[in-house]
Amino acid sequence: MAALAALTPPAPEADVEAPIRAFAIATVFWGIAGFLVGVVIAAQLAFPLLNLDLEWTTFGRLRPLHTSAVIFAFGGNALIGTSLYIVQRTCRARLFGGEEMGWFLFWGYQFFIVTAAVGYLLGVTQGKEYAEPEWYVDLWLTLVWVIYLVAFGGTILKRREPHIYVANWFLLAFIITVAMLHIVNNLALPVGDGIGKSYGVASGVQDAMIQWWYGHNAVGFFLTAGFLGMMYYFIPKQADRPVYSYRLSIVHFWSLIFLYIWAGPHHLHYTALPDWAQTLGMVFSIMLWMPSWGGMINGLMTLSGAWDKLRTDPGLRFSVTAVGFYAMATFEGPVMSIRAVNSLSHYTDWTIGHVHSGALGWNGFIIFGALYWLIPVLWNKKLYSERLVSWHFWVATLGIVLYITAMWVSGIMQGLMWRAYDELGFLQYAFVETVAAMHPYYVIRMLGGLLYLSGALIMAYNIFRTVTAKEEALPAALPEALPMAAE
Amino acid sequence: MDMQRLHEILSTVWVVWFVLLFTGILAWVLRPGSREAANQHATIPLRDSQP
Repeated sequence: MAALAALTPPAPEADVEAPIRAFAIATVFWGIAGFLVGVVIAAQLAFPLLNLDLEWTTFGRLRPLHTSAVIFAFGGNALIGTSLYIVQRTCRARLFGGEEMGWFLFWGYQFFIVTAAVGYLLGVTQGKEYAEPEWYVDLWLTLVWVIYLVAFGGTILKRREPHIYVANWFLLAFIITVAMLHIVNNLALPVGDGIGKSYGVASGVQDAMIQWWYGHNAVGFFLTAGFLGMMYYFIPKQADRPVYSYRLSIVHFWSLIFLYIWAGPHHLHYTALPDWAQTLGMVFSIMLWMPSWGGMINGLMTLSGAWDKLRTDPGLRFSVTAVGFYAMATFEGPVMSIRAVNSLSHYTDWTIGHVHSGALGWNGFIIFGALYWLIPVLWNKKLYSERLVSWHFWVATLGIVLYITAMWVSGIMQGLMWRAYDELGFLQYAFVETVAAMHPYYVIRMLGGLLYLSGALIMAYNIFRTVTAKEEALPAALPEALPMAAE
Repeated sequence: MDMQRLHEILSTVWVVWFVLLFTGILAWVLRPGSREAANQHATIPLRDSQP
């Protein structure tokens, strides 16, 4: 090892940063776009007139635009950008492929987002939830994703730090698993003269099972494993102390990996899927309580002895609240996967509320926390206003509270109304009565979304003022990361 | 032995193998001597040189 260390050049090239700055800007841009479409479709549910009677602006076409914009554009840009930052810093190695690699990933991924979004508005869709893009977009994303894996894996291979830090384990699992899910769920045969139509290779209940194997593991590996990679890097950085228990983080990783992949069938309770598969999905979902809460405790306890930082660092407040929402959403999820509970909750707004407590609270807040830490570092500027971060925090938190409480009430009410019988055995309510009863909650949900969007606009202004400020905060750029002595 | 039977045996063995593998990982990670190295690894994000 010593001989090898002697061969390593003493002053390596600086980390690739410019494409990561672009990813950070794109994260803010797509976040606002995605939240805005979310508010529009929430308003459409409360006031159907807003569908405008145009095919391009109906709820059915805008809804995938919203989900893809927030998950794949906002979340995806944040994941790729932060992962490229984390892997370079913790491996003490420059990005494999250099600046060009970073820029290809950036523009390649934006091209995927735009072609997918244009397709949705024009009615080009596979009709698979969270996998709506047609085959030509899928092929392009596959190419970009495989190159992303090469860039990330290549950087790990040329690391100067002997140990691979745990955040990189989560991020690598996210990249590999998403590649596998994306390829298998999108196996399809294009048909017709144009490019806008294909048929999936699987059909019937097999197709449904593959779709929810994909769908739930997109939650598990895109929105959970990838974001845990962010948590394990940015919370220690913000709190300026190591993660509470590194050994717990390894156990967290492997238990998540062993359990998550089996949880998908809980999306298909009371369907044509065999009962044993439904039970399997339910059992594995419940077992997920353990890694989820273990990871949550690990994230929160990292602050032990540094809780006072929450008062002075509103960016850290975002990250820690995100872990709180992670705990809440991963408690609620297994409860809803129990078949008896699912018979009430499935197909109702309760599911929508559950998804948003995870998406707005966990994913959104951990991204905001990471951005408030990362942007001053990447631009070498001092954050324009801590006060505005506080405003963002409270406005967004209030928005989430309005959103999820409205959906709990509306969802449980909806489920109870659907199953209510009168004394003669007839259904007590017509479907339209359940829709009318939900109207006030839809208005509250829309207001919650509006608050969350306002918070993001405050952040965009704060970030704009930060990066366009004249003076630099520190004399030098990023300090060099130090590898551990060779073992 | 036909393919059906082989599949049944392999799927059973698979469960046992995964349980053993996972237990092995737990034992390895939590073994008494690993604490020191783990504490070192936890400092990786924080070991930036000062400007």
